[in-house]
Amino acid sequence: MAESELLVQLGVVGAYLVVALAVGVLAYRVTGRDAEDYYLASRSIGTGVLLFTTFATLLSAFTFFGGPNLAYAAGPEWILVMGLMDGILFAILWYVIGYRQWLIGRYERYVTLGEMLGDRFGSKRLRALVAGVSLFWLFPYVMLQQMGAGEAIVGLSDGAVPYWVGAAAITLFMIVYVVLAGLRGVAWTDTIQGVFMLGIVWIAVGWVLSAAGGLDAVSASLAASNPEFLSLGGGVYSPQWMIAQAVTIAFGVAMFPQINQRFFVARDVRVLKRSFALWPVLVLLLFVPAFLLGTWAAGLGVAVPEGANVVPVVLNAYTPGWFAALVVAGAMAAMMSSSDSMLLSGSSYLTRDLYRPFVNPDADAARETWIARLGVAAFAIGTFVVSLFRPGTLITVGDTAFGGYAQLALPVIVALYWPRTTRQGMFAGIVGSQVFYVAHVFVPAATIGGVTVLGSAYFTWDFALYGMALSLFLTVGGSLLTAADADERAERFAVGTRAD
Amino acid sequence: MRRRKTDYLWIGVFVVLVAFAIPWFLWGNAATWSGLPVWLWWHIGWMVLASVAFALFARGAWDRGMNVDPEEVGFDG
Repeated sequence: MAESELLVQLGVVGAYLVVALAVGVLAYRVTGRDAEDYYLASRSIGTGVLLFTTFATLLSAFTFFGGPNLAYAAGPEWILVMGLMDGILFAILWYVIGYRQWLIGRYERYVTLGEMLGDRFGSKRLRALVAGVSLFWLFPYVMLQQMGAGEAIVGLSDGAVPYWVGAAAITLFMIVYVVLAGLRGVAWTDTIQGVFMLGIVWIAVGWVLSAAGGLDAVSASLAASNPEFLSLGGGVYSPQWMIAQAVTIAFGVAMFPQINQRFFVARDVRVLKRSFALWPVLVLLLFVPAFLLGTWAAGLGVAVPEGANVVPVVLNAYTPGWFAALVVAGAMAAMMSSSDSMLLSGSSYLTRDLYRPFVNPDADAARETWIARLGVAAFAIGTFVVSLFRPGTLITVGDTAFGGYAQLALPVIVALYWPRTTRQGMFAGIVGSQVFYVAHVFVPAATIGGVTVLGSAYFTWDFALYGMALSLFLTVGGSLLTAADADERAERFAVGTRAD
Repeated sequence: MRRRKTDYLWIGVFVVLVAFAIPWFLWGNAATWSGLPVWLWWHIGWMVLASVAFALFARGAWDRGMNVDPEEVGFDG
């Protein structure tokens, strides 16, 4: 690649980072020094910003890389999984978990999920368990984002910039940014990033289509080269697989720290309602074009080198270098908007649920803020170092985290709605399902007496679904078998006064 | 009694929205219309429909499952 072109591309990415940093500094100037303002922007977020910050946070390198790669290799049916998962199931959970958490959090001023559950069940250990489980799954996921960013820069520069330099630069940038900006800045840049990604992906689709001769021509060449892509199902896409992916990821997303914490930040109920209704449309607008790009690349006979991502390759083939650079900047925006929120939430779990209750209960506000920022840096550096060893592929690592969070969702829903839930029931549900899930991820499958255990599925259904069922069974069963302790406070979750 | 009926109605609407987000009846169907598979058009229509249903739910039935009065929650839009 010509030297000058490389400079143009790095210039685009650099300019983008400068804009993000400027917003961060602006947010820093209006952010107060207390934890509620740093982590939750004092619960003052409006519709547009909440919608886009949640949306951009939800998007990862997967939207631009892993997802289109999957569509390129196996067909575009993932769009339907996305629709069921994010468009419908997550929207319903937005109401069932999100609105309830918002109502409770508003009265009790909770900042994290662990804090809310720990207070309700009168248990510091439960609080630490929820935070510990969340951080355990957050770590590989942040690593996934860094790997995506590193690969994006390798692809953009045709290998001139090595992987570790790209990932290190992004990590450093994010640390500075999150330490400065807090949630308000993160939410503002998320909004810019979300709008940017949405715009850029549609321009990319338009450009590729017009360069390749229009939708009908692209469709015809796809029908000639990969007719199986047009037909619903086939290949990896079985009904069981699609349902399992949609269900585990949707429930998992609701328990991801950076998404779950968003449930606390809405300014008023109108914000929650509008976001809820606009959700499916936003899903439609982003994922259909992103995944179609990958699908069309197959029909257009674009050759993707081993280990490369399809979207940059197809854009380099059909659009000028600077535009491909813009899209890679969009992918990095996706990756950063997820990671900065994850770092911020991860740090809040670390400091509020682990450090303060166990290490230093008397920490004053100034010290807590300092520790929070230190936590951000430690977390980001740790994931960066591990990402250099590249354990597993993007999709595998990501799916493992989503399934792990999905195990938390049903115990939390039970706790939110059923006053009879007990502390012992919560411990049983959370610990039992996590042990079950982790064993299936890490212990190799074995056949005992003709039955395969610890495999990826039972009766063709993903093991994560059985883990969720187990979490529900153990939480409800454990609660029925035990009595609530005197210091459990069911009334904390009893929102509302309306007699029914 | 009327309240009960409306609750079941909304649960039914949500169940249908979930159940047919993937058009199972088009399984294996490769027909295209205007350059995109028919099942993709279904997806586009279904997301718009879900959005409308969610907007109606937010307007008329939002606080139904939560035991709160609209005035309690502050502004009710």
